[in-house]
Amino acid sequence: MHVPAAADFRRAADARYWRAAVRLTVALLVVWAALGLGCGVWFADWLNGFSLGGFPLGFWFAQQGAIVGFVVLILVYALAMQRLDRRHRRELGR
Amino acid sequence: MSVQAWTFVMVGLTFSLYLWLAFRARVRDTEGFWVADRGVPAPLNGMATAADWMSAASFLSMAGTISLLGYAGGVYLMGWTGGFVLLALLLAPYLRKFGHFTVPDFVGDRFESNGARIVALCCALFISFTYVAGQMRGVGIVFARFLEVDVDVGVAAGMALVFVYATLGGMKGITWTQIAQYWVLIVAYVVPVVAISLQLTGNALPQLGMGGNVAATGVPLLATLEQIHRDLGFPSYTEPFTGSWDRVNVLCTTLALMVGTAGLPHVIVRFYTVKNVQAARWSGFWALLFIALLYLTAPATAAFARYYVFDGLHGKTAEELPGWYHTWAKTNLLVWLDDGDGRLEYHGPQQQAANELFRIGGLPSDELARVRSAHDAWLASGGRDGVDGRVVLTAKKLSGPDADILVLATPEMAQLAAWIIALVAAGGLAAALSTASGLLLVISSSIAHDFYFRILRPSASEAQRLRVSRWAIGGAVIVAGVFGVFPPGFVAETVAFAFGLAASSFFPVLVLGIFSARIGTVPAIAGMLAGILFTGGYIIGTVYFGMSRWCFGIGPQGIGAIGMLVHFAVALGLQPFCAGPSAVAQAMVARMREPDS
Repeated sequence: MHVPAAADFRRAADARYWRAAVRLTVALLVVWAALGLGCGVWFADWLNGFSLGGFPLGFWFAQQGAIVGFVVLILVYALAMQRLDRRHRRELGR
Repeated sequence: MSVQAWTFVMVGLTFSLYLWLAFRARVRDTEGFWVADRGVPAPLNGMATAADWMSAASFLSMAGTISLLGYAGGVYLMGWTGGFVLLALLLAPYLRKFGHFTVPDFVGDRFESNGARIVALCCALFISFTYVAGQMRGVGIVFARFLEVDVDVGVAAGMALVFVYATLGGMKGITWTQIAQYWVLIVAYVVPVVAISLQLTGNALPQLGMGGNVAATGVPLLATLEQIHRDLGFPSYTEPFTGSWDRVNVLCTTLALMVGTAGLPHVIVRFYTVKNVQAARWSGFWALLFIALLYLTAPATAAFARYYVFDGLHGKTAEELPGWYHTWAKTNLLVWLDDGDGRLEYHGPQQQAANELFRIGGLPSDELARVRSAHDAWLASGGRDGVDGRVVLTAKKLSGPDADILVLATPEMAQLAAWIIALVAAGGLAAALSTASGLLLVISSSIAHDFYFRILRPSASEAQRLRVSRWAIGGAVIVAGVFGVFPPGFVAETVAFAFGLAASSFFPVLVLGIFSARIGTVPAIAGMLAGILFTGGYIIGTVYFGMSRWCFGIGPQGIGAIGMLVHFAVALGLQPFCAGPSAVAQAMVARMREPDS
């Protein structure tokens, strides 16, 4: 049997979930670009004017900092999506 | 025990382990053969992905390349790790939810076209064959250098091993051996560097030691390198944008490597082997964590090796040169052409005329021998006779040592124990074999699954498909071995091509297929073709036909980034004028975005 109210609710919940997931993805990708392409490349010569424990900062970002940042970004993504999944499941009453 | 005896022990032990694991993991159906029954836990899949991804090039050549490039080496470090962020956030969870066996599967089904499937299939085959040739060669080279057997014998031994475990266990066998190979390669990579860091800087963490002081002099290591580089005419080690690595090229190359990494089929298929979407996200995290262990160590190896090269070689007489110099001089990866004063001098491009240290590169060994004897005649006659070999080799761009020796030679430079040097050989083999097996699986799945089953004979039975799968992987091993024995001369250039192709074909089409519900067949195929033709044309044009680098001066390595933009622009530009996807494909997209339905 067709139940329009339930189907509409389901569609709206799915749309909310997807919008939140895309927002999170875009936010993390902005950080990704700022870290790798920004600090590691574009501003590297300027950042090299500062130093961090024996490293010129731009050089450190290109060879160490960006990589550490990338690992953290995926960790944050996996945790945040897990929360989002849980909320979505609760909304749908599963 | 000698290094060679230790190497036989280490290689024998690790090879037996791989075979035993493969025998335990043998499979009976295509689900097991292609996606390891989709039952690999996320951390283990992370290890397997890490081993799959880190190739002979990552293990053997990367640190050496960074050592010679300094700051610009970060292009490889950031490019090859940053791609995993794109993979984990944009592709892996959705492709896992989509739940097929291969990348061409997704392209063909989402865009409802066998034409798109075939384009994707050809890209997958090209990328994988390009890559696998280098791996098999890597296996042969490690055998040749450490066990003093012929390169071809080494290739054959590696082939036989991969043949057994890939045909027996398919993806399942490959997964379990890759997990073991990860540990072999990471231990082999990190242990010597920790020992060197302790010795050189007194710090057990190489990542900190690199920024610390040289214990013998009390001067910071990086400052010491800067000083040496300045004195001997090299561009700065830590300052960005020297020589041909200007800002635009560093940016584009980094981006192209990132996007290319995310589009490599043998890495993507690893995410099909986990239980569900959440496990796919987590294995993205574990994979990059395990990869980062090596990638954060490599720049330290690079800086230490750079120091040892100057410290050990520059200004030394033949008697003073260290043992490792003599080992590697035999292979011609280090070539010393003296100016007559009996001291080796190593100079950079700004004092090119004084440099005496070269490498054989792609030169045939008899030609190098001719250069050497002409040089000796030139020295003996005081310049009246013969030819100055330094001028000849400089003109051929063969100044400086070969990047490949640095990882293999650093344990010897620091005079570490024989068993550690043997461990490095086993690690190099693990890195090459794990990547080769992942690539071979993609090649055989393209043929057996995408071509035979999805296009040629959709009615094939399970038993038939499994048989074709085994034949295909066996055939692929043999072809890869032939490439290893008779390496096509263009391998080095084609690696840039493989990344460019992955960046300009797979990555955009997958992202569009997942994140746009409105892109249909025509824009997708047009986008793929535009990306491939632009990138391929530019690389072939600039490398082989002397075309100028008209696109912002970008070199062939970085053009994939622009190719990706061309692909996106063409596909999105055509989309309003072409038919959208059918209701079936739209439902597919909707299902893919919902985590658990």
